[in-house]
Amino acid sequence: MKILVTAKRVEDPESKIKVKPDGSGIVQEGLKYKINPFDEIGVEEGLRLAAKHGGEVVVVSIGGKEVQEQLRHALAMGAHRAVWVNHTGTLDQLALAGLLQKVAEKEKPDMVILGKQSIDDDQNQVGQYLAEFLGWSQATFASKVESLESEQEKNKVPALQVGADGKTVRVVREVDNGLATLECALPAVVTTDLRLNLPRYASLPGIMKAKSKPIEELTPEKLGVDVTPKIQVLKMSSPPPRKAGIKVPDVATLVDKLRNEAKAV
Amino acid sequence: MVDGLEAVQAAELPTGGAFLLQEVGSSRIVSPETFTEEQRLYLKTALQFSQEQVLPLAERIESKDSVLLKELLRRAGELGLLMIDIPEAYGGLGLDKTTSLLIAEAMSPLASWSVTFSAHTGIGTLPIVWFGNARQKAKYLPKLATGEWVSAYALTEQGSGSDALGAKTKAVLSPDGRHYVLNGSKLYITNAAFADVFIVFAKVDGERFTGFIVERGTPGFTVGPEEHKMGIRGSSTCPLFFEDARVPVENVLGEIGRGHKIAFNILNYGRLKLGAAVLGGMKLQLGNALRFAQERKQFGTPVASFPLTREKFARMATLIYAVETMTYRTAGLVDARLAGRARQAADYDEHVIAAIEEYAIESSIMKVFASEATGQLVDDAVQIHGGAGYIEEFPVERAYRDARINRIFEGTNEINRMLISGLLLKRGVKGELPLFAVAQSVEEELTYGGLPRARGEDALAAEERMAECLKRLALYGLKVAAEAFGTELEQHQEVLAGLADVVMDAYALDSMVTRTRQSASNGELDAARVAMTRLYAMEAMPRSFERTRRALCASTRGEALGAHLARVAPLQLFTPYNPAELREVVVSAVEQAGGYPLSVVC
Ligand SMILES: Cc1cc2nc3c(=O)[nH]c(=O)nc-3n(C[C@H](O)[C@H](O)[C@H](O)COP(=O)(O)OP(=O)(O)OC[C@H]3O[C@@H](n4cnc5c(N)ncnc54)[C@H](O)[C@@H]3O)c2cc1C
Ligand SMILES: Cc1cc2nc3c(=O)[nH]c(=O)nc-3n(C[C@H](O)[C@H](O)[C@H](O)COP(=O)(O)OP(=O)(O)OC[C@H]3O[C@@H](n4cnc5c(N)ncnc54)[C@H](O)[C@@H]3O)c2cc1C
Repeated sequence: MKILVTAKRVEDPESKIKVKPDGSGIVQEGLKYKINPFDEIGVEEGLRLAAKHGGEVVVVSIGGKEVQEQLRHALAMGAHRAVWVNHTGTLDQLALAGLLQKVAEKEKPDMVILGKQSIDDDQNQVGQYLAEFLGWSQATFASKVESLESEQEKNKVPALQVGADGKTVRVVREVDNGLATLECALPAVVTTDLRLNLPRYASLPGIMKAKSKPIEELTPEKLGVDVTPKIQVLKMSSPPPRKAGIKVPDVATLVDKLRNEAKAV
Repeated sequence: MVDGLEAVQAAELPTGGAFLLQEVGSSRIVSPETFTEEQRLYLKTALQFSQEQVLPLAERIESKDSVLLKELLRRAGELGLLMIDIPEAYGGLGLDKTTSLLIAEAMSPLASWSVTFSAHTGIGTLPIVWFGNARQKAKYLPKLATGEWVSAYALTEQGSGSDALGAKTKAVLSPDGRHYVLNGSKLYITNAAFADVFIVFAKVDGERFTGFIVERGTPGFTVGPEEHKMGIRGSSTCPLFFEDARVPVENVLGEIGRGHKIAFNILNYGRLKLGAAVLGGMKLQLGNALRFAQERKQFGTPVASFPLTREKFARMATLIYAVETMTYRTAGLVDARLAGRARQAADYDEHVIAAIEEYAIESSIMKVFASEATGQLVDDAVQIHGGAGYIEEFPVERAYRDARINRIFEGTNEINRMLISGLLLKRGVKGELPLFAVAQSVEEELTYGGLPRARGEDALAAEERMAECLKRLALYGLKVAAEAFGTELEQHQEVLAGLADVVMDAYALDSMVTRTRQSASNGELDAARVAMTRLYAMEAMPRSFERTRRALCASTRGEALGAHLARVAPLQLFTPYNPAELREVVVSAVEQAGGYPLSVVC
């Protein structure tokens, strides 16, 4: 089976993010970047499925030359080859989904796995748009609430299980009040939640091998997608700083404050 | 500039020790800024492993959980972290020395683990890589590469530590010619409790110093009880006993009577690597101390805001910058010497050994400098913690104890100081290094009152000149001592050690100026790097001047001494920078980064 997985480049949440004084964006200087953690989980799940059913994992990233770093990371984890859609400049979620649609139509995978959202602007839209554009079934927030540490994690019943005939996938999803299990016809679009798996490290031999794995370069023009943004970011601002907490002497005061000041109870 | 000095700066790749004779910036150096994309990725994986899989287990490791250590080695093996120095043909990756060192750096935050890892991948595995025959390599290396087997290295004995070749352990060929029968004992052997393979040195017929591969379970070979150590308590350190231990003749490593080749070359590399093997720990301690001091309030103020605390942060960052810069510069020299050689070639390992030996002076510098820098750093880190720094609950207490061993093993710092000056003089006498010719021109230059000029007219021009002055002090001191004592010089250890310190300061400052300039972006020098280089120079200049002066006083007397002192006097340069302002530039970078400010992983 063939699995297409996204690998978006995002700001490392451990670096200090500052909004530019004019609100036009964030200060790029001194920032570190990494693969979107939800995408990394997607790569891991793709690799596990490919190991079980045979086939290949193709990673795709959209952006300038620098996104090749994230593609290499996914290749070093074990993905077989990469597609790089070369585009600098802003892209909104519709444009991203449009580009991925064309890549998917070209690659004809059995499944596309995306992160449920990327941790930079937390939109949670691309996977859903993509399924709609492709006319495929979709299962969002694939998850499995189990301890991610230890051997159990490796041996657990996977949240993504492909049917014996290779025509369906059963997906355990995280929903507000628990877990829901969906069965979708393939090809399908799946988006990953945090507790789906614990991604492997890129091993040193993996990193070495990644050097010689192919990265195919495409462009919006070549794919025939109009990427003119339909959504415009007007202004960015930092959230107001949190006020310092207070200490209360006893439970009675706490309840009083919750009731009368916070109006929470 | 006098001719003698110009003559030596042309060569592209400097030979070992040549930094002392060449001008600052004579050749480009490898530094974290020049790491390749792959090297950064290797480092990232290694750091992730160390931070997520090793550090959280610190307490269990410290309680000598050898099952856990073995398991961690196996997991490291799965990621390829044990494969770096092993050729591809034997299940390794055959990577460069720079990579090997940056992985060692990544493994270093927990010293007990770091020592376990280094003993296995370094002194335990490399003897087989470099000196094993094809059959030995095929038998042992693939298993050592995955961590299925763990290795140890047994050189030291009760009666022979620094005097490594004075081993008493004896090997005698059995009457049927199939075994060597070993008798004797070894002391302080790292990884002994759980190693499967031991590299053991013994004297054949009590005379010919030879290496052997001894497997656990060999009849007559036993491992003694654990030592109770001051630090690196999680690592295993035991004696070994050989009572008529029968080692098959095919387990002789290298040639009979040539064991010293193995021992010394392994030591050279270990010394170079020691710089890397303390670096990650130093960075961690700086970050921890900063965090502690930012939270801890006294007099209503975070202790991180007191000038005397900030002075310590600046000193810590500066020491890290120095160690980091020298470490990767030296690794880069070794790699450059090997560039273009086919790794598959039968004689590749001979070239590796030769390249490492070429930079034996720099390697001894790394050993002494890095071990003492880390000692200073953990001392500052404890002090910043106040009483808490003395309490086991705080990791800094462990780091303080752990740091001490570095000055003792891989050749004590005394032995390595002797080597630094001794090798420089030896290469000078042999004509491998134009040391005396250059020293002669330094003397003439000083006699005529000439002083080094700076080549670059930037913010580090003064530090560049100081680096040149440090080199002249070292050269002048070595020349006078050699002339005064001739072959007796070996006996005058304080003179040699004092001048070795001057040589170290010269290498450090030369490296820092070079790297700071090399990493300028758009022609702008980075303010924090400039400040660290200046702070280092302000410490190095007066102390090195004083050490040279003492060496001169110990070598000559009377009028001759007066003349020497007059000649070197102008070499003591002074920069009127405000140290508190420099310190602030460094500390604000440290605060912004939450630790050492020049992290390379992105
Ligand atoms: C935790 C630990 C792990 C170790 N792991 C290993 C291992 O895995 N394998 C192994 O083979 N060894 C190992 N060692 C041994 C270590 O290499 C030796 O302890 C070290 O070489 C010093 O030798 P020594 O202890 O006999 O000290 P000595 O040589 O007796 O030194 C005592 C003092 O005399 C000084 N001295 C000695 N000779 C001279 C001289 N010529 N000039 C000036 N001063 C001199 C020394 O500098 C030192 O200050 C380990 C030691 C420890 C503590
Ligand atoms: C083994 C042990 C036994 C002890 N026994 C006793 C005892 O019997 N009785 C008792 O009362 N106490 C005792 N103490 C406590 C000891 O006196 C304190 O630990 C010590 O005074 C330091 O205070 P602190 O730990 O709060 O460090 P802090 O005061 O928090 O100091 C942290 C760091 O900030 C620096 N710093 C603090 N203020 C300033 C400033 N204004 N300017 C510049 N730098 C500053 C300090 O020098 C230090 O580097 C003991 C401590 C230990 C570890």
